[in-house]
Amino acid sequence: MADEVRHDYHLVNPSPWPLFGSLAVTVLAIGAVTFMKGLFGFEQGYPWIMVAGFAMVIWVMIGWWREVIKEGRAGDHTPVVEIGLKYGMVLFIASEVMFFGAWFWSFFEFTIFFDARVGDTFDYTNAIYAEGLERFAQWPPTGVKTFDPFHLPLMNTLILLLSGTTVTAAHHALQHDKLDNAKLMLFLTVILGLVFTSLQAIEYAEAQFTYDGTLYGSAFFMATGFHGAHVIIGTIFLAVCLMRIYAGNMTSKKHLGFEFAAWYWHFVDVVWLFLFAFVYVLPHLILGH
Amino acid sequence: MPMDELTADHAHDDHDHRPGFFKRWFLSTNHKDIGTLYLVFALIAGVVGYSLSGLIRLELAEPGIGPMSQLMQFFGAQAGDEAIEQAKQFYNVVITYHGLIMIFFMVMPALIGGFGNWFVPLMIGAPDMAFPRMNNISFWLTVAAFALLMLSLFTPSGTGGNGFGGGWVLYPPLSSLKGHPGPAMDLLILSLHTAGIASILGAINFIVTILNMRAPGMTLHNMPLFSWSILVTAVLLLLALPVLAGALTMLLTDRNFGSQFFDPSGGGDPIMFQHLFWFFGHPEVYIMILPAFGLVSHIISTFSNKPIFGYLGMAYAMVSIGAIGFIVWAHHMYTVGMPSDMKAYFVAATMVIAVPTGIKIFSWIATMWGGSISFEVPMVWAIGFIFLFTVGGVTGVVLANAGIDHALHDTYYVVAHFHYVLSLGAVFGLFAGWYYWFEKMFGVKYNKTLGLAHFWTMFIGSNVLFFPQHFLGLNGMPRRYIDYADGFALWHYWSSIGYAITMVGTVIFFVSLVEAAIRRRKAEANPWGPGANTLEWTLPSPPPFHQFNELPVIEPDKAH
Repeated sequence: MADEVRHDYHLVNPSPWPLFGSLAVTVLAIGAVTFMKGLFGFEQGYPWIMVAGFAMVIWVMIGWWREVIKEGRAGDHTPVVEIGLKYGMVLFIASEVMFFGAWFWSFFEFTIFFDARVGDTFDYTNAIYAEGLERFAQWPPTGVKTFDPFHLPLMNTLILLLSGTTVTAAHHALQHDKLDNAKLMLFLTVILGLVFTSLQAIEYAEAQFTYDGTLYGSAFFMATGFHGAHVIIGTIFLAVCLMRIYAGNMTSKKHLGFEFAAWYWHFVDVVWLFLFAFVYVLPHLILGH
Repeated sequence: MPMDELTADHAHDDHDHRPGFFKRWFLSTNHKDIGTLYLVFALIAGVVGYSLSGLIRLELAEPGIGPMSQLMQFFGAQAGDEAIEQAKQFYNVVITYHGLIMIFFMVMPALIGGFGNWFVPLMIGAPDMAFPRMNNISFWLTVAAFALLMLSLFTPSGTGGNGFGGGWVLYPPLSSLKGHPGPAMDLLILSLHTAGIASILGAINFIVTILNMRAPGMTLHNMPLFSWSILVTAVLLLLALPVLAGALTMLLTDRNFGSQFFDPSGGGDPIMFQHLFWFFGHPEVYIMILPAFGLVSHIISTFSNKPIFGYLGMAYAMVSIGAIGFIVWAHHMYTVGMPSDMKAYFVAATMVIAVPTGIKIFSWIATMWGGSISFEVPMVWAIGFIFLFTVGGVTGVVLANAGIDHALHDTYYVVAHFHYVLSLGAVFGLFAGWYYWFEKMFGVKYNKTLGLAHFWTMFIGSNVLFFPQHFLGLNGMPRRYIDYADGFALWHYWSSIGYAITMVGTVIFFVSLVEAAIRRRKAEANPWGPGANTLEWTLPSPPPFHQFNELPVIEPDKAH
C-alpha cells in the first residue's frame, strides 16, 4: 500500500473546523437555554453566551467554506467529486423540504380539523373552555384578521418569481463567460431578495395578529418566518457568489458554488409558492378571510 | 503501516502520513478512525444507558418504593414523603434518559456511525467517505448532543428535582411549560436538535458515498447487503429527522415564546405533536434495526458458506420496509381517540410490514439450510438475533391490531415487545457485527470462549429479563410506574434477576476486551475463510490508513 493515489476522489486533510463547529454549537445551545430560562446563575434574558455561540458558528462556517473554496481552486474537485457534491446539495435540500413539511403539517391540521378538535374535547360546563370553544370554533380563530393575499403577498410572489428568472439569466451568462452580464443579473437577484425580505418585514409589522397571541399567528409566523430565514440565507449565499465572480473565482466551466446557490434559491422560491397558495390564498378564497 | 513507510518521502502526497495523536483523533478525516471514535463513544454512552436500566430493575425488583428513595435520602432528602416524591421524579427521569441514550447515543452511533463508517467504504471499494470532513462533524455533534443531554440530566426540571421525566417520546403537556417549566427540557430539546443535525449530515454522507463511490463494476444490484441497509437507513434519517426537528422547534417556542401549537387552551393540539413525533419515530425504529439486518445477512452467509438466499429480495425487502415505515406511524397512537377508519388503515398498513420482514427471516433461514455451518462467535450472535427478533416481530403483529392494543397500550407487553426487537434485536446484531469485524478493525483476535460465554449469559439473561414482561403486560402492569401491586411481584423479581445475569455478561464482554488488548494475538486478513467474500476481507487487518489507492475492479457476477 501507500502507493501513489490512482483515483480521483478527494481525501481531505485533517481539519479543525468540525471540532470547533461542535464546540460552537454546544456554546450556542447552552447560551440559548441561558437566554430563555437562565442557567448557571445567569439571569433569564442574559444573551451574551448565545451571541458568542452564534458568532462562533459563523466563524466556523466562514473558515470551513474558505477551506472548501481553496480546495476547489487547487483542483481537488474532480468531475467525480463534483457529482458527489451535487448529490449532497440535492439531499440537503430534500431534508429541508421535510423540515418545511412539519410547518405545513401543523398549518393544515389547524385549518382542516379546527372544528373536530373543538367538537367533543372541550368541557362545555367549564367557563374557561366555553370561551375557548367560542373562539376556536372557526378558523382562523375569532379576532384574527388575516392578510389580503392579493396585496403585499402577491407582490412578493412576483418579486421572488422574477428573482428566479434573473438568477437563471445569471447562470446562462456565466456559462457563456459573459461575466459582466452575470454580475448584473446576480446583483439584481440579490436586490430582489433584499426587497422581498423588506416587504415581508413591513407585512410582519402591519400584522393584525401576533405570534404568541393566537394559534393562527403561531402557525403563520413559524411557516413564513422560517421561509424568511431561508430567503436571508439564500440572499447571503448569492451575495457570496457575486463577490466570488468579482474575485475571478468562477469560470464558465467551474461554478458549483453558484449552482448550489441557484438551486437553493429555487427551493426557497417553490416553498414560497406553496405558502402563498395554501397559507395566504386558499383560506382567503374558501373561508372568506 | 510499517515505520519505514512513515518516514519515507511522500512529499507529493501528504495523505499517506498517519497524523499525530491529537490530529488523528480530534481533527480526523479518516472514515476508519471516525468509525472507531463512534464505537468508543457508543460504548461509553451504552454503559451510561445500561447503568440507568440497572437503577430501574433495582427499584422494580420488589414492590414499594425502596432503593430510589434511599438514594434520594443519600443525596439529602428527608426520609418519608420528600424522599418518595423525589424518587418518583427520579424514576421518571431515569427511564426517559435510558431510552434517549440507548436510541440516539448507543444503537445509532454504533451501528450507523461505527460500523457504517468503517465498512461501507471498505465494502464498496471506496478509499473514504464522500465528505470526510463533514463525517467528523457528524461525530463531534453527536458528542455535543450527548454533553447537552447529560447537562440536562443535572439541570432543574422546574417541578422539583432535576432532568426531564416525561418519557423519551416527549409528549406535551408533560414536555410543555406546564409539565416541566425548568431549563432541563430546553436543553434536552436542543440536544436532540444537535443529534438530529449530526444524523442528517451523516445520512447525506452515506447516501452520496454509496451512490457515487462504488468500485468500478459494482452496481447497486451487486452491492453488499450491509451497504444496502445503510443506504435505506440514511434515506430514512434524511426524511424523518427534519420532521422531528420541526416538532421540537414548535415545542421549544411553545415553551419560551408563547406560541400555542400544542396548547389546547390556545386552540392548539397536543395530539399533533404525537403525529409529528411518530412520523419521525416509526422510521426511527427501522433506522435502528436495518443496519443489523444488513450485517446479519453477511454473517449468516459467511458462516453457512453459501451466498445469501434471494439477494435482490433481501435488498428490496429493506427498501420496502423503509418505504412502508413512513405510512404506519399512528399505530403508536391507537388510544388517542382516532376514528375507527383511521385505525383500520393503520392496522392494515402495519400488518403489511410483516411481509418484507418475513422475507428477510425466511431468507436467512434458507441461507443456512443445507449450508456447512460453523458456529463461530458472530454466527451464534446472528442466530440469536434472528430468534429474538422474530419473537419481537411476532408480538409486534399482536400489537399492530388496534383492538388488542387498546388493552395493551402502555403496558409492559409493549416494553417487552420493543426490547425484544431493539435490545435483543439491534443490540444482538450489534454484538454480532462487533465479533465479526473485531479482528478487521483492531488487528487483534478476541478470545472465542469469552465471546461464547458473553453470548450465552446475554442470551439467557436478557430472555429472563424481558420474557416475563409479556406476562406483566398481559396482566395489566402499566409502563413507567415506579411501584406496582403485589400481584406483579413475581415476574418483576425474575425480570430483575435477568438483569443481574446480563451484568455478568457485560463483565465478560469487558474482560474479553482487556484480554484481547493484553494478549495481542495477530489478526489474519480473513479469519473466516471463503464464505467471507466482501471486499474488506481482501485487505490486511487492520486495513492501511488509506485503502484502495488503486480502486478494486469488480467482475459483474462476482459480488455480494
